[in-house]
Amino acid sequence: MNDKYEAVIGLEVHAQLLTESKAFCGCSTKFGNAPNSNVCPICLGHPGVLPVLNKKVIEYTIKMGLATNCTINQRSTFARKNYFYPDLPKGYQISQYEEPICEQGHIIISLSGSSEKKVGITRIHMEEDAGKLIHDHGFETLVDVNRCGVPLMEIVSEPDMRSAEEAYQYLTKIKQLVQYLEICDGNMEEGSLRCDANVSVRLKGAKEFGTKREIKNMNSFRNVERAIKFEINRQIEIIEDGGTITQQTLLWDADLNEVFPMRSKEEAHDYKYFPEPDLLPVIVDEKWKSEIEKYLPELPENRKERMAVTYNLPKYDAELLTQSKPIADYYEKVISVTNDYKSASNWIMTDILKIINEEKIDIRDFPVAAEDLGELINLISDGTISGKIAKEIFPAMVIEKKKPSAIVKEKNLLQISDAGEIEKIVNQTLEKNSSEVQMYLGGKEKVFGFFVGQIMKETKGKANPKLVNELLSEKLEALKNKIIK
Amino acid sequence: MSVTRKDVEYISELARLKFNSEELESFTKDLNEILSYVDKLNELNTDDIEPLSHPVEGVNVFRDDVVKPSITTEEALKNAPDNDESFFKVPKVIGSI
Repeated sequence: MNDKYEAVIGLEVHAQLLTESKAFCGCSTKFGNAPNSNVCPICLGHPGVLPVLNKKVIEYTIKMGLATNCTINQRSTFARKNYFYPDLPKGYQISQYEEPICEQGHIIISLSGSSEKKVGITRIHMEEDAGKLIHDHGFETLVDVNRCGVPLMEIVSEPDMRSAEEAYQYLTKIKQLVQYLEICDGNMEEGSLRCDANVSVRLKGAKEFGTKREIKNMNSFRNVERAIKFEINRQIEIIEDGGTITQQTLLWDADLNEVFPMRSKEEAHDYKYFPEPDLLPVIVDEKWKSEIEKYLPELPENRKERMAVTYNLPKYDAELLTQSKPIADYYEKVISVTNDYKSASNWIMTDILKIINEEKIDIRDFPVAAEDLGELINLISDGTISGKIAKEIFPAMVIEKKKPSAIVKEKNLLQISDAGEIEKIVNQTLEKNSSEVQMYLGGKEKVFGFFVGQIMKETKGKANPKLVNELLSEKLEALKNKIIK
Repeated sequence: MSVTRKDVEYISELARLKFNSEELESFTKDLNEILSYVDKLNELNTDDIEPLSHPVEGVNVFRDDVVKPSITTEEALKNAPDNDESFFKVPKVIGSI
């Protein structure tokens, strides 16, 4: 980014709450059901029906408020946001306007160079989702109302972020929190987490904000970062060229890596909010709040600290292992079987995260059970197999879904820890490679590694490496002494 | 408080209602009459009174998060002017991109 300017970014995040039923009726929230099958007169907006609020929606929103250091308002009310679009059968969306459930919180985000930053949360309120429209179908638009009335939690940040990276980190933190709280699955690609960004730029040090533009339609974490970066640069270019920024709503096009203005007709809204007469106010008293607080799960920051201390892990490891709750859960399951805490961390960070990132799968769908990884680590630490063999067994565990002990037995991979047997192989290797032995004796001690490699090859990696090293040193030392004599 | 013909045009646009010139005049007049009638309430001092958004008292009316059987797709689509047996069909709301 240009050094003269700084960006000002605020994010609005919509998180679909993991309830069984919709916000105001008993219809299922299940994703992927046949079109217009999770519907009833309430979410279809038939005349004369009344919404009844799902209690869990309020509890989940309070949880998020507590996790983001918000004030939980004692009283909150609902409002109608009025607009006409076929994805909204009622002609208005039930939302919250003047009295949201939570206000004035903050979260801490980590930035590169191990610095941290506090980002304010303006408010968290509850609203209902709209239906799905399919436009690319002949001369009509098709409407599926299944998603209508599915509860959403909207988290509005303060304009505290100054770069696309900060926005990315903020969003990642929000995702981590909703997943730890188990109130939203946090999947941007599937739309259970959505993000709109308000972006403006100003001269560094300026007090006033520039004119902001809103970017919508960014359906992945990377796209949020890309779209914001793109928009910041464009606004700077416009200003540098002597132009002025006009307020606009923009859509991100992931194929072209660009943002485009929404046509003005689509954004001409005047919502005329007014209190929703069909829903009574929600009062959250201290008792209710403290009950929810009591059952709040361990949050990522606390878990990171606890795991680093309890298992004596480097901060880096603890950070990586607690990035998502399922990964942290997996780790703690592994170490319920083995005491080798650091090895367990290494296996997850290198071998498992590599696979799940490449295959884009959730660790909960990873084919190797945590207990089996624990068993594998134990087989190494008790000397049954070598670390090298373990690295060979692991892919077989992934593909064949077998227990490590079964694979060891089946493939005859037990480590050779019989000194006599290894000594025999060491001798053979030295005999076979007499020229390398001469090199070694001539002072080229690097050849040592070559001998180890040959022995491992001979034993198909099964020789106990510690014994090999010991016996080989002994032999070579003896040969050296012989020459000197 | 009063409204102009321009306000009425704007509100009818938001409400997706089309009126002819005569109707716009008459609605402007009607709305102003209603407003001046309601204005009478301003004669009362309401400084220390909390705004009332609900005519009934009561708070925290909830249901438990339980799925109840919905109506069938066929029933849901029954009142729609047009459908294809699984979707509602409406005039295209965006032009071709």
